[in-house]
Amino acid sequence: MILSRNWLNEFVDLKDITDKEFNDEMTLSGSKVETIERPDENLKNVVVGKILEMKRHENSDHMWVCQIDVGQAEPVQIVTGAWNIHVGDYVPAALHGAHLPGGVKIEKGKLRGVESNGMLCSLKELGMTAEHDFPYAVITPAALLNDYHPLDPAKPSIPADIKPGNKVYGPVLCGRVEAVESVDGGYNVRVNDGTVTRAAKTVCSNLHEGDLVAYNTKRDTICTLEDLHAEQKEFPHCIADGIFVLQEEDAEPGLNMAHILGFDDSIVEFEITPNRPDCLSVIGLAREASATFKRPLKLHTPEPHGCGGSIADLVDIDIEDGDLCPRYTARMVKNVKIAPSPRWMRERLRNSGVRPINNIVDITNYVMLEYGQPMHAFDFSCVEGGHIIVRTAREGETIQTLDGNERKLTPNMLCICDEHKPVCVAGVMGGANSEIVGDTAMVLFESANFNGVSVRRTASALGMRTDASSRYEKGLDMMNTIKAVERACELVELLGCGEVVDGVMDVVAKEKAPTVVKLEPDKINALLGTELSEDLMREILVSLGFILNGDDIYVPSWRGDVEHYSDIAEEVARFYGYNKIPCTLMRGETTRGGFSEQQRFDRAIGGAVRALGYDEIITYSFISPTYYDKIRMPKDSSLRNSLKILNPLGEDTSIMRTTILPSMLEIIARNHSYRNKSARLYELGKIYLPREDGLADEPKYLSLGAYGDGVDFFSFKGSIETLLHELRITDVKYVACTDNDSYHPGRCAKVYAGETYLGVFGQIHPLVAANYGMDTEVYTAELSFDAMYEKRGDIPVYQPLPKFPAVTRDIAVVCDEAVTVGALEESIRRGAKGLLKDVSLFDIYRGPGVAIGKKSVAFNLVLRADDRSLTGEEADEDVQSILAALKADHDAVLR
Amino acid sequence: MKQQLEAIRKAALDAISDAGKAEDLEALRVRYLGKKGELTAVLKQMGKLSAEERPVIGQLANDVRAKLEANIEEKTKELADKAMELKLKSEAVDVTIPGKQEKIGVKHPMYQVLDEIKDIFVGMGFEILEDREVELAEYNFTKLNVEEDHPAREWSDTFYFTEDSSILLRTQTSPMQIHAMETRELPIRILAPGRVYRKDEVDATHSPMFHQIEGMAIDKGITMADLKGTLNEVVRQLYGEHTVTRFRPHHFPFTEPSCEMDIQCHKCHGAGCPTCKGEGWIEVLGAGMIHPKVLEGCGIDSTVYSGWAFGMGLERLALGHFKISDLRLIFENDVRFLEQF
Repeated sequence: MILSRNWLNEFVDLKDITDKEFNDEMTLSGSKVETIERPDENLKNVVVGKILEMKRHENSDHMWVCQIDVGQAEPVQIVTGAWNIHVGDYVPAALHGAHLPGGVKIEKGKLRGVESNGMLCSLKELGMTAEHDFPYAVITPAALLNDYHPLDPAKPSIPADIKPGNKVYGPVLCGRVEAVESVDGGYNVRVNDGTVTRAAKTVCSNLHEGDLVAYNTKRDTICTLEDLHAEQKEFPHCIADGIFVLQEEDAEPGLNMAHILGFDDSIVEFEITPNRPDCLSVIGLAREASATFKRPLKLHTPEPHGCGGSIADLVDIDIEDGDLCPRYTARMVKNVKIAPSPRWMRERLRNSGVRPINNIVDITNYVMLEYGQPMHAFDFSCVEGGHIIVRTAREGETIQTLDGNERKLTPNMLCICDEHKPVCVAGVMGGANSEIVGDTAMVLFESANFNGVSVRRTASALGMRTDASSRYEKGLDMMNTIKAVERACELVELLGCGEVVDGVMDVVAKEKAPTVVKLEPDKINALLGTELSEDLMREILVSLGFILNGDDIYVPSWRGDVEHYSDIAEEVARFYGYNKIPCTLMRGETTRGGFSEQQRFDRAIGGAVRALGYDEIITYSFISPTYYDKIRMPKDSSLRNSLKILNPLGEDTSIMRTTILPSMLEIIARNHSYRNKSARLYELGKIYLPREDGLADEPKYLSLGAYGDGVDFFSFKGSIETLLHELRITDVKYVACTDNDSYHPGRCAKVYAGETYLGVFGQIHPLVAANYGMDTEVYTAELSFDAMYEKRGDIPVYQPLPKFPAVTRDIAVVCDEAVTVGALEESIRRGAKGLLKDVSLFDIYRGPGVAIGKKSVAFNLVLRADDRSLTGEEADEDVQSILAALKADHDAVLR
Repeated sequence: MKQQLEAIRKAALDAISDAGKAEDLEALRVRYLGKKGELTAVLKQMGKLSAEERPVIGQLANDVRAKLEANIEEKTKELADKAMELKLKSEAVDVTIPGKQEKIGVKHPMYQVLDEIKDIFVGMGFEILEDREVELAEYNFTKLNVEEDHPAREWSDTFYFTEDSSILLRTQTSPMQIHAMETRELPIRILAPGRVYRKDEVDATHSPMFHQIEGMAIDKGITMADLKGTLNEVVRQLYGEHTVTRFRPHHFPFTEPSCEMDIQCHKCHGAGCPTCKGEGWIEVLGAGMIHPKVLEGCGIDSTVYSGWAFGMGLERLALGHFKISDLRLIFENDVRFLEQF
């Protein structure tokens, strides 16, 4: 909501309140101010000037040197290239040091050797348009023959040496301007056609003594470019642009232009919450401001005089569905004269962010801004049968809306119709078929109440959210329709743009009883933590328009958001001041709080993988269904059954992931494509497995991903080993996995803790890597949080430190290539007789001395007894037992 | 004999003084003082001396021995010191050469901020709750007093899994309030952070997935003053003891009265600057007293119990905290970005 503070002052006088105070106080009472702008800050040292004298520039074919009275002792000399000005005109003069909108600064200087102490301004240079802001200043140029530049210099349509009396074509002769006199709405020009001097009246403002014009002797008019069927570039200086020539009564030399333009205002933009549509109006905000600053609210009761007649004789109104249209109010205006609205109205509209159009349209917008009640004006001659029917659209009906688009209507859209067709989409936009145009004579003003949800759905379905619909959709005050339509008619009379027919058509299809809430001061204080007096509460409520009858609070009709004592508490708190409510810490029973064991485990995982050098990432929970193909997930995999978003933003974010792998690969690939040399990443994220009941199981997984410097299978596996060790997960086994299509079949392992499956890791299959545009080795792991949590180790129990020395023995055994180190290790542990404390691989050898198809694997064994120093014989006995087990299990023999 | 001893003393002392290595000294020690050494050899001839001469020569011999021993020791030490000095010199390094670093991974900047907030609330007796993101509309909207035809429910704003709009991706962490109220014993103090989803196109300030932090306290006699007191305390712990806050009225369907909390801009102290977009204040969260309708809907007697709740956007907080200019960086996960934190 954009508010003009000048307009607000009409209802509550806050002229002495600074913008800063206004901002702070309104914000703290609940009307959040986003910005406050002073348009005059962008317009400095631009004043009204009166042209005293004009001379042609001696070194230019198109410039004028003007002497301007700017209210100072001496006139100011300004050079201009514009042709639409005359001696006696009032014009905007930007003096030396002036600022114009758009950050333009004006400095004095010389133009082709002649001093110019400023600039005369066009409306565009002042940030406005003639069409909307000052309709009287629209410029119509005449075609000046002395400005003629032929398109083809070899074939001019008009000879360069044309003289008065020469024929241009048909009845059009060349004439010389002898004198120009400004008169109301145009100019009286004397033109010599070579033989006689003729008097012509014209709206063309670019004529000066000595100019050659094309004079139509038959019609006694001076020809425009259009009359000559000429192109603009043939008359480069005869343009519909020029200096803004003022017609304001208060214009006098030296007056600040900001005043003429309505820039001496503060324009406030509010963020209004959706529960307060009443504040989308000047009056609504005035009510808040009045309560905020404790100043009287001055409301005005509109009273159009009327001109006799009766609206009831002219129009019938029927509402078919009272739920969609609880109330429809209308008044009629006849003998309408469409014209621009007056400056004060255009200013207020413009300072409220609305473009002025013409008096009738401007009045509907003005009333909408002032009362918050959208209005619509129909050209009544287009309402067939004089019958307004408020009904939903019929199958197949269409309407061309005011924006020129043809709209297909559906049967749930509410429309305003005549006996044959829709003439308006209710609460959204009017139809072109009943648009107010220049010759509209009878206008029907509609001021109706529509169902907010219905308006919102219709506007959204048609893709046209308008000022009106965005108000209606929040639910408007039913009691506002009459006041608004009365105000519109009052303005019609004030502006003199028509005669108001007596009588109001007011159809109420659905009544709404006022809401009554009990005033319960103790409950309010208990909720707020305050000790406010009942008197203060009553005072606040009354200032907002609530009516108190004993303890009954009658909620005003515009406050649909208030229905409960907690709502009343908010009203009291808002105007007592949220910031005056004390700050206390909660009393009562204390709660224990703290992190759960899962949450602590989660933190432990994060801490461990970060210590291993992995950075944390956060990825989207939704992915593209094509990602399953990208990771080569089997077509029949149950993980392809994902929850599908029916209205996704795009395919890339359309299903809920059932695996965290593609998310990790996306990020790995992105880092790779950014030419980051290496990356080690982790995420603790959820996957979403569809459930019978339509919801999802959402287990958490740890994903690890790595590529680049020093990353290979065993360094990556080492990270996982270290992590699991850190989590005190024991009995960890790694089993080769050759059937996971996402991974390299020879470099992939499943991880178990005892019988519990923890997850999988390995090198990403080169085909998968290629799908992600990578030709490097990429390693990933997917480990179940729940499984790791289940197998987490207990708090460790202290083990006494060894008192006796250990004996170490190195053994190298030769076995078949197919036997894994893991299997050998298992046999070693199985064969040991209880003295083996540690076993570690230190070499694998293939080559001379070892048969082809075999390998030699060397282990370092640490043997120790807890209660004595071990003898060499005892150790050897154990080693023999271990060798026997290796032989028995794998036919592995000592080398 | 006397001359012999004097000769030995002189020769030995000269030799010791000239010795350049520890081994030379050892050889000298053996040569003069060893069992078969020269001094010993002289002493073996003591028997030939008269009774008068014996103590005199004996004394002299002992003096010579003591002197030789002392000088050998002194020279040994001197050589050791010299050797150490040389060794240290040869081992000197250029300390400005960079060290060998171990790379430690980083927590995602957003979760760094989240963990800080969790710690603050845990310290105030709150528990951390996590729950489902695929949610029933009933929990995401209905039980939170969001009407059937509220615009937030539109398919243009919320992601749905079912045609009847009954199952969705939660658009806020507020359904956690309902889950907590329905399943937990009173009093309740919980913090519920998590992922939420809204149908917003990705840009510098929007993402279809983002994070919220929900907080709630329900007990007998909880007031809006408690809400203010608690949140002020949290903000002070997060932003510093001297942080200035203000509370503004606002609107949420599931709280009444509702408010938004601003902190005074730390750069301009309220005067208005580019950091706070000229407002002087930076919005941090929305909060309010839990609407009695919501309490009653979860079977809690609103005439006995009251409570407050707040919700804050984690992304905006983290962006502000680290002065990150674009939300997309958060989900892009470029290591050059991550490793700055």
